[in-house]
Amino acid sequence: MTPATGSRERILARIRAAVAVAPEQRIRRAYRTGARMPRETLIELFAERVRDYRAIVHTVAADDVPGTVADALARRGVRRLVVPAGLPGTWLARADAEVERLADDPPLSAAELDRTDGVISACAVAIAETGTIVLDAGPGQGRRALTLVPDYHLCLVRAEQIVPRVPEAVARLDPRRPLTWISGPSATSDIELNRVEGVHGPRTLEVVIITD
Amino acid sequence: MPAFPRSSARAAADSQLRFNLRKATHTIRGKRANVVAELPDWLELRAAGKAIKDHTLRNLDRYLIQLERAVTEAGGHVHWAADADEANRIVTDLVKATGETSVVKVKSMATQEIGLNEALHEAGITAYETDLAELIVQLGDDRPSHILVPAIHRNRAEIREIFLDHMGEWGRPAPDGLGDDPRALAEAARLHLRERFLTTKVAISGANFMVAETGTLVVLESEGNGRMCLTLPETLISVVGIEKVVPTWRDLEVFLQLLPRSSTGERMNPYTSTWTGVTPGDGPREFHLVLLDNGRTDVLADEVGRQALRCIRCSACLNVCPVYERAGGHAYGSVYPGPIGAILTPQLRGMDTPLDASLPYASSLCGACYDVCPVAIDIPTVLVHLRARAPHEPAERAVMRAASWLLARANRFGAVQRLASRLRRLIPRRAPGPGPLAAWTDTRDIPPIPAEPFRDWWDRTEGGAR
Ligand code: SF4
Repeated sequence: MTPATGSRERILARIRAAVAVAPEQRIRRAYRTGARMPRETLIELFAERVRDYRAIVHTVAADDVPGTVADALARRGVRRLVVPAGLPGTWLARADAEVERLADDPPLSAAELDRTDGVISACAVAIAETGTIVLDAGPGQGRRALTLVPDYHLCLVRAEQIVPRVPEAVARLDPRRPLTWISGPSATSDIELNRVEGVHGPRTLEVVIITD
Repeated sequence: MPAFPRSSARAAADSQLRFNLRKATHTIRGKRANVVAELPDWLELRAAGKAIKDHTLRNLDRYLIQLERAVTEAGGHVHWAADADEANRIVTDLVKATGETSVVKVKSMATQEIGLNEALHEAGITAYETDLAELIVQLGDDRPSHILVPAIHRNRAEIREIFLDHMGEWGRPAPDGLGDDPRALAEAARLHLRERFLTTKVAISGANFMVAETGTLVVLESEGNGRMCLTLPETLISVVGIEKVVPTWRDLEVFLQLLPRSSTGERMNPYTSTWTGVTPGDGPREFHLVLLDNGRTDVLADEVGRQALRCIRCSACLNVCPVYERAGGHAYGSVYPGPIGAILTPQLRGMDTPLDASLPYASSLCGACYDVCPVAIDIPTVLVHLRARAPHEPAERAVMRAASWLLARANRFGAVQRLASRLRRLIPRRAPGPGPLAAWTDTRDIPPIPAEPFRDWWDRTEGGAR
């Protein structure tokens, strides 16, 4: 085959020779796993930690979601909104009829996504301790580009999706799906260490936590 | 490239560089200490991170083969590159096969290490860096000076000038009347790069981790340029050092806690992407993984030095290093600056040049780097070990001369050193009890305790003159 095959065997042989007499290492996991927290604590901690990243956060009951979403879109002046397949219809029930809903079917081009005002999505898992939202391209989330190119991301998190810490999130997620872990809006500190939001990803992240 | 002593003396004379570096390292270090203190199990995470990496290195052949199978089953292609030339050739051929002449890149130290951009350029392919700092470095025809904040040696006025002078040569020019507010500068970068993201069909990335069990690759970043590169193009080529593999998906629960907190001092970085081969309808249609050796198996063969391969490139050791703070990243003459650079570079490249031979001396052995390292790399011990391997005399003499220059006005430095060396006496040379830590120290010592702090020695002997 190609010369690459030669390198494969050469590298593997070099590794075997290099570690032949190295001691075997046991892995001990003495760190915290399997944490549990009451629902209220989870919601409170998650909300506080997301706010730390300068995201906008609302905590509402399920009945108030349509109103909260409608207000958020109106405040932001969203006219063209990307709506991934599988997003619960009721969430957008009260949004202004003027808001154009763009489905990703047939797939929107990157340029089309760039011309939208924002995207609304669900999520797969959320982490209280770090204020992180994980998307796994499942229902209501769509493919990765949908939550990346538009400048505004409105994300809805159901209370039962919030886990206490990173280990519980890793355990819940399926690595075969493409995952995006989001902690606040896009940010850079590259210019004299000043934090600036929004370089390439969405500049604004707004999170609605549904408490029931 | 001059030896470390000369290049560091030059950097230390540059007051802007020193000021920027000091501000950056001290700010990040403070943030890091706060978020690390939040986790009551930090030491347990650190021990697990170290053990996972050591276990992986011990069984690296097995895990690489498992990774190769998993990536292939998930629809990706795996290539093996013994050295920089081979890696560059593989990537160049892959890009050529697409018929494209430009690629977008997300910051990757492995591709810097092998000089990929230059190799692509020779083949008529333009590589566009998309990380803001890397963009500043690229437009300014410059070199990165820090792992995490590569353009930290530039201030806002310089960045503005670089953008105004050079953006037009690479694509969309900087907006008229561009000011030097960081917000305006970031916006200029956004506009400059957006068109490129939306139209470029090939991307090149590195990876922070690769999971052998599932074939999953992981990239941590902040700006979203990574997500752009990993998601929008049709072809994705990832060039990753063989030491970046971890055995299981579960192991990420350790490293996703260790890395962001150690690196940027945040509980979590804004974006982490994971992908496993290709996903129809979502992201690139074609995925290539280039596994890079380029000296890593040489490092692995060194019983003491191999622990450098545990490094997860968090840059915490840079931010606590008094020598780095004064010398700046460029003085190390490699993509890996600071304490980790001082042990990794001479091992990867060998110690044949005066620069590489002098790097193990670019330290005062104060031990601060070891204390902050999230995977417990005992940098001081490796430095001492490498000094014994270096062509001795000239390197040592040269670095002593530089040290006098660097440390002349650093009063604080002596105090730090004395404290470190006093604390060191409390550290046993063998880890107590049975268990993996003790097993590790059965075959090696915890760092030798300097008999006398460097600074005291310096004062007593007037720089070794007596
Ligand atoms: S040596 Fe340790 S502290 Fe330094 S960059 Fe690597 S992991 Fe971080």
